[in-house]
Amino acid sequence: MKRKMKRFEGYLYILPWLVGFLALQFVPLVNSLWYSFTDFQLLGDAKFVGFQNYRKLFSDPLFRQSLMVTFQYVLIAVPGKIIFALIVALILNQRLTGINLFRTLYYVPSILGGSVAISVLWKYLFMNQGVVNNLLAVVGLPGQDWLGNPNLALGTVSLVTIWQFGSSMLLFLAGLKQIPECLYEAAEIDGAGKLRVFFTITMPELSPIVLFNLVMQMINAFQDFTPAYVITQGGPLKSTYLYGLMLYDQGFKFFKMGYASALSWILFVIILFFTSLTFKSSQSWVHYGDDV
Amino acid sequence: MRKRSKPALILSYILLIILAYVMIYPLLWMIGAAFKSNEEIFGTVGILPKHPVFGAFSAGWKGTGQYGFSRYMINTFAMVLPTVAFTVISSTLVGYGFARFQFPFKKALFALMLSTLMLPATVIIIPRYIFFKHLGWLDSYLPFIVPALLGCFPFFNFMMVQFFRGLPLELDESAKLDGCGSFRILVSILLPLCKSAIFSVIVFQFVWIWNDFLNALIYISSVAKYPVALGLRMTMDISTEFDWNQILAMSLVSILPPVVLFFAAQKYFVEGIATTGMKN
Repeated sequence: MKRKMKRFEGYLYILPWLVGFLALQFVPLVNSLWYSFTDFQLLGDAKFVGFQNYRKLFSDPLFRQSLMVTFQYVLIAVPGKIIFALIVALILNQRLTGINLFRTLYYVPSILGGSVAISVLWKYLFMNQGVVNNLLAVVGLPGQDWLGNPNLALGTVSLVTIWQFGSSMLLFLAGLKQIPECLYEAAEIDGAGKLRVFFTITMPELSPIVLFNLVMQMINAFQDFTPAYVITQGGPLKSTYLYGLMLYDQGFKFFKMGYASALSWILFVIILFFTSLTFKSSQSWVHYGDDV
Repeated sequence: MRKRSKPALILSYILLIILAYVMIYPLLWMIGAAFKSNEEIFGTVGILPKHPVFGAFSAGWKGTGQYGFSRYMINTFAMVLPTVAFTVISSTLVGYGFARFQFPFKKALFALMLSTLMLPATVIIIPRYIFFKHLGWLDSYLPFIVPALLGCFPFFNFMMVQFFRGLPLELDESAKLDGCGSFRILVSILLPLCKSAIFSVIVFQFVWIWNDFLNALIYISSVAKYPVALGLRMTMDISTEFDWNQILAMSLVSILPPVVLFFAAQKYFVEGIATTGMKN
């Protein structure tokens, strides 16, 4: 009897998660799929309507616009962040004194970036009479309407995201420390140039971390909300109307729960598609060391 | 890495310093601007105010509406502290369970938990909202606290699993020989060794929940219960353009708690990220 109990002792400890997973993740996931096939205003009951929400979505110009904006945003913000993080990590990965200080400074934006305060700050920095334009004037360049010009607004918003490259940078730094020194020594003996060393040793050894960063950042970027909502409210001319904003509007402003659920499932499928595509492609570019 | 020539070294430093300045400039500007008059904020690029004024903080703190920032601050702590505490408890228990016990379906369950790391939060946001509405939890902090209690932040569970795996099994075994039960082992033997992992959980979760805007926007509707994220945005929306320095002063105040915590626990925090891998 006692031994039987022992077999299940571990369940006692994971019980909180098990309950949480079922009640707050699994059931909601199934429910949102069901809601997406219903007409469901928050105060009424859910009425089954088949594919009507999905059909309506694909003819909704706002949906197409937000999808396009989101793809652009992901394409700017994710590679921007990762490339920046990698370059800074490479510079930091030298035996310089005071590295810890720099590492901390570069990380600070990442603790603050998601906050409303930073979005407010961004709005002020990039306003017409804001600091950025004043700085440009000092060096004799013309100011821009960073937040009012539909061609520039999304880039300005993406900058907040790229600014928070700290976590990716720390991961790259940890990865760089793992690369066996003997690989570099061997390359030096072979007389390989710096660039050659970078592309044949550093990059392949770091590739698993690139993959991890890419996947996590992509999942996050597809769902981003706060900066676009606070800085530009999705404007001008919906040029920063990220998918998260559309979802929020439909779900929590118009309370069209069925329609919003259809939106969220489409996003889920898109994220799933791009993460599996990334994993699939990684077989040809991610290098796993044989020391695992 | 390897030794560098002196010019290369100097170049690296110059690059690092310029970059650090660009990175931190917005924050420095915000600190300076909180002490500038509204006329000075947008005419100049300098960080230090030429004619410092100190009224922005007290005026901003009092707020323009019915409630001031002291209320929003207290609310935020009332929301964040229990959420963080329960996250620490649940992630420790779940991490211990997965790292130290054998039980039926363990592998499958662990894989399931890992896969939820990649489950986009937006997919379940609508049904969760409806569920919490049925339970009568809207306009309370329960939608933040209960998921923490139930281990719904898989990242932290995973982090604790990884950390427990790194502790030698001999510790548990010798305690078992002394007749310790599994819970005693966790509390008196393993927990004291988990300091850096627990600090990382605390800092991450504190920062995330403190900054969380979307969930606050969805769940908290009465101004009396607003956390700073909502209070700040409301202040920005209703104030006229003459209140710039007040808004910047309050923005500054609102990011202080996470920053202070980060610097206080920095050592553990960086360790935690480096060993387990991070989102954001």
